Amino acid sequence: MKTLQIVTAAYRCNIEEQDDPVLWISQAMKAGGADLHLLLEGQAVDYAAKGQEASGLSFGGKKQTQPPRIEDDLKRLVATGAQVFALDEDVAARGLERADLIEGIKGVSRADLARLFAGYNQIWRW
Amino acid sequence: MTKKKLTLVMMDAPFENARTVTGLRLIDAAVRRGHDVTVFAYEGAVALTFARQAPHANAVHGRDAAQEDHPLPKDWIASLMEDAPRHGGRLEWINCGLCVDERGVGEAIPGAKRGSPADLWKAAEASDNTLVIGTR
Repeated sequence: MKTLQIVTAAYRCNIEEQDDPVLWISQAMKAGGADLHLLLEGQAVDYAAKGQEASGLSFGGKKQTQPPRIEDDLKRLVATGAQVFALDEDVAARGLERADLIEGIKGVSRADLARLFAGYNQIWRW
Repeated sequence: MTKKKLTLVMMDAPFENARTVTGLRLIDAAVRRGHDVTVFAYEGAVALTFARQAPHANAVHGRDAAQEDHPLPKDWIASLMEDAPRHGGRLEWINCGLCVDERGVGEAIPGAKRGSPADLWKAAEASDNTLVIGTR
């Protein structure tokens, strides 16, 4: 079964979880043999940007030593064969250029979404 | 800087929303400046101080439990409670008792108290201002 995971909500609980839960479960299912791919849209297209840095948090004497590394999570997904798409219009709306995105992330326009969806058995919108 | 009394209402459950960390950052900023802060945890936020939160290993990250060093809201809050007196202030944490019962999270970290909406009102009346960080 080939699925497309659509990620829209971003930066929800990344600091507490030290990752994004949708990217996390996608990696976990992928490691178990799932044929899954991702579409980043809305705020989640920011996940495709290079050079993300979320370190430095501390409360009182409690420092966070393993901040979320979304860029690495996405690179790992790409490296394991997942196709990762970012919606062109949402990328452009945030002032991001192609060169700002992690290597391996593919662009897709809103007009081409139906054609993209047709290539999957199931679409999961998180 | 004049010492202030501040009340915050938090509503989101742990591990759900960036608002939780934002709220804790605001509390951190206030206690570092020596202000007295009262937090009223309402609805899902009562689980923020649940004592049985536990860290775990993370195979996806390729780290064991020690390497993962998973942050737990209860530890962040305990750390803020410890830190506040060092700066001349205090952090009082009140959990809505009925919300605690609904969720079965009565086992709270030391210092987190059980209270009611009356305690929120009392704290707000005694405060210079109140910030509600509501669930959306």
